[in-house]
Parts: sequence; C-alpha cells; structure tokens
Amino acid sequence: MWIRMLAAMLAATLSIIALLSLDGEYRVFLPGLLEGAILTIEITLVGALVAMVMALLAALGKLYGPMAVRWLAITYIEIFRGTSALVQLFWLYFVLPQFGLYLNEFTVAVLALGLNIGAYGAEVVRGAIVSVARGQWEASTALNMSRPQMLRRIILPQAFAAMIPPWGNLFIELVKSTSLVSLITLADLTFKAQQMNQTTLKTVPIFTLVLLMYLAISLTVTIVMRVLEQRTAIGIARGKVV
Amino acid sequence: MWDWAFTFDIIPVLGQAAIVTVQATALGFLIAAILGLFLASARLASPAAGVAVTIVVELVRSTPLLIQIFFLFFVLPKAGIVLDAFTAGVIAIGLHYAAYCSEVYRAGFESVPRGQWEASIALNLSPWRTFRDIILPQALPPVVPALGNYLIALFKETPLLSAIAVLELMQTAKIIGSDTFRYTEPVTLVGVFFLGMSLVSAGLVRLLESWLQRRY
Repeated sequence: MWIRMLAAMLAATLSIIALLSLDGEYRVFLPGLLEGAILTIEITLVGALVAMVMALLAALGKLYGPMAVRWLAITYIEIFRGTSALVQLFWLYFVLPQFGLYLNEFTVAVLALGLNIGAYGAEVVRGAIVSVARGQWEASTALNMSRPQMLRRIILPQAFAAMIPPWGNLFIELVKSTSLVSLITLADLTFKAQQMNQTTLKTVPIFTLVLLMYLAISLTVTIVMRVLEQRTAIGIARGKVV
Repeated sequence: MWDWAFTFDIIPVLGQAAIVTVQATALGFLIAAILGLFLASARLASPAAGVAVTIVVELVRSTPLLIQIFFLFFVLPKAGIVLDAFTAGVIAIGLHYAAYCSEVYRAGFESVPRGQWEASIALNLSPWRTFRDIILPQALPPVVPALGNYLIALFKETPLLSAIAVLELMQTAKIIGSDTFRYTEPVTLVGVFFLGMSLVSAGLVRLLESWLQRRY
C-alpha cells in the first residue's frame, strides 16, 4: 500500500519535471542539472558502500573486539556522531593535506559522508544484532557452532532483516548530505545549481528543478528499501508465531 | 604541526562565533518545536489538512537542507521579501526541523489512548479544551527525548549557514584558514566544540528525561 503511494509520488515528481522541460525557461537548465544529478547519485552509491562497511566493522568491533578495538570503535562512533558532517568534510579536505595526505575531492567526499553515516549505521547494526532473540544464540551454542559461524549463519541474516528500515532512513540522510560536497567544489547537483544561479540569476526555475530532482532520488531510495524490507521479512519470525 | 600559540590566538574569535552558532540553534529549534506542534495538531483537526501536512512533511524531509537554505535566501528576494542571511538561514533550519518534529508530536498524540478522547466527549468538553487540557499534557512528556535528539541534530547542521556567509563557527574558521593558511587548528577546534556541545546536550536531555520519568 505504502509502496504504491510512494511510487505515485515518484511518478508525479518525474512528470512534473518532464512537464517543466517543455517550458523554454526550465529546459535550458535541465542538461547541466542532470549531469550534476549523476554525480550526486554516484557519491550516494559509493558513500553508502563505505558507510555499510564501516558500520559493520565498528559494530562488530564494539560488540566482540578485544578492549583496544572496542575503544577504537567507540571513539570512532562518538566522534563522527558528535560533530557535524560539514566539519568532518572540511577537516578531511583542508587538514589532511597539511599532514601530507592528498586525496582528490571525490575520495574526500565519499570518505567523509561514508564515515559520518557509518557511525550512525554502527549503532543500527549493533542494535539489530543485540535484538536477535536469545534463544537463537543459545541454540547455536548448543549446536557447537563457533562464534564467527554463529554470526555468519544464524545471527546476521536475522539482524539484517531488522536493520533494513533504519538503514533506509540513513540512506535518505546520505542523499541529502551529498549536497554538502558542493562546498568542496565537487560539481554535484547543488554545485551546478549554484553555478547556474550565479551566472543567470534565474533562481526560481533552477532551484525548483533541483528540489524536484533530489525528491526523485530520495523517493527512489525509499521505494527500493521498502521493497527490500518486504522481501526479507518473508520467512523470518520476529517474536510472533507464523 | 600543531601551533599552540596560534590556537590560543584564535580561541576568542571562535568563541564569538560560537555565540552566533548557539543563537541560531536556539532560534531555529524554537521555530521547529512550535511549528512542528502546529503541523501535528493540524493533522488531528481535519483529514484534508492531514493530507496536506503529510505531503509537506515528505517534501521537506526528502530534500537537502542546504538547498532549502539557498532556496529561501535566493528565492524570497524575488518575491520582494529581503531577509538578511542569518534570518533566512534560521527560518530554513526551523522549517526543515519542524517537519521532523511534527512526526515526533504525531507519535506523541497517537500514544494517548483513544478512551481519553471518548471520555472527554462524554464529559461534554469542547474539542479545543479536550486538546489543550487532556491530550497535550499526556502527549508531550513522552516525546521529550525524541525532540532532544532533533535539537542536537539541528545544532550540528548550523555549519550549513556558512554557505550563505553567516559568521558562525564554520565560516569564521574558514576565514581564519584563508587569512593564515592554517586550517588544522581552526577546523579541529570547531570539531572539538561541536563534539563537546553534543555530548553535554545529550547528557542534559538524558537528565531531563529521567526527571520527567520520575514526575509522571
């Protein structure tokens, strides 16, 4: 039901963009903005990958690591959740070169956003692992499984289903925070919009199109996550009898 | 690598800017908390308003805050409303978080048992009195922790105001950086300030939460 409504909203958004493109005033900005939108999507995808890897590492480190790893994970999570994504982005962009580490803008952007969202994701992963019913752990112990085996075969698949909805929210956050990379001069959607706004001063059409494009990207992410949620829910009983 | 003398030189300047950051947070959250409550209440008032609020909330939550700040800052003057950067920025942040807060309030309203509404009808209370005297006092305390989370989230988004040249912490750090070619100290100090403030406010919200739990 929800998915159908979201799909309708996405269709409406896309048709508004199509309708506006018939208007000459809007059409001139479309190619440039679409180019920016592609970079925005690329950053979102790579950033999401970084975030998921970091989240899994940090969550497992915090739960099962030896003391040193545990503290490292906690420090990472608290620092990246406690400061602003923009500050982290600037820190990587301006401060790392002073230590002799030169990364290109795209890498900095993907790292900063991935590390930021990954810190939030770590708590999501940890929560999901902890929420798996105790009996599942006990049963795995009874079957004489080793801890990595237990995690891989029994716990993580179940935790995975529980963590999809919160990850959906985080991915939307990620889509929205990609707009920050424009401030370190990556030519994403926001950057293109600002650039065009400065040269043409056609503020209303440019920013209307940009808002619609972000909306379309966010809605797509939400729909994909909802579908995934439905798929994984099949066959997993969470506290109820099936 | 790290210059302590320079660090102590820039602390007073950054301190000034921190005041602007805190002001923007306070004003922005005031708008968000009040407007959010208004949006959530409108949902209760009529189904048509409910649909309108849902659409607005989804639109605001699905698009980046930075774009919304630009939108207000650049588009409003076209409509003849000229705001300074600080006002435009604070309003944009307030509107953005109002959408999030309205969902929090909605959860609060939904947590009030239906029987409370029915009992108020039985007592012949007007809808307004029911809302003010029966529903609100029960709906608000449980949502305080969630509102606290958004206060911290909002605080951490104030550096975005630097994009429209409001002299808050991030912008000041950037200016110091471009004047002196030393970015390490100012940007790190900004990070430390945010981390410190976030941890302190998280602690305060937790205290408020436990205080409310003991009271209710």
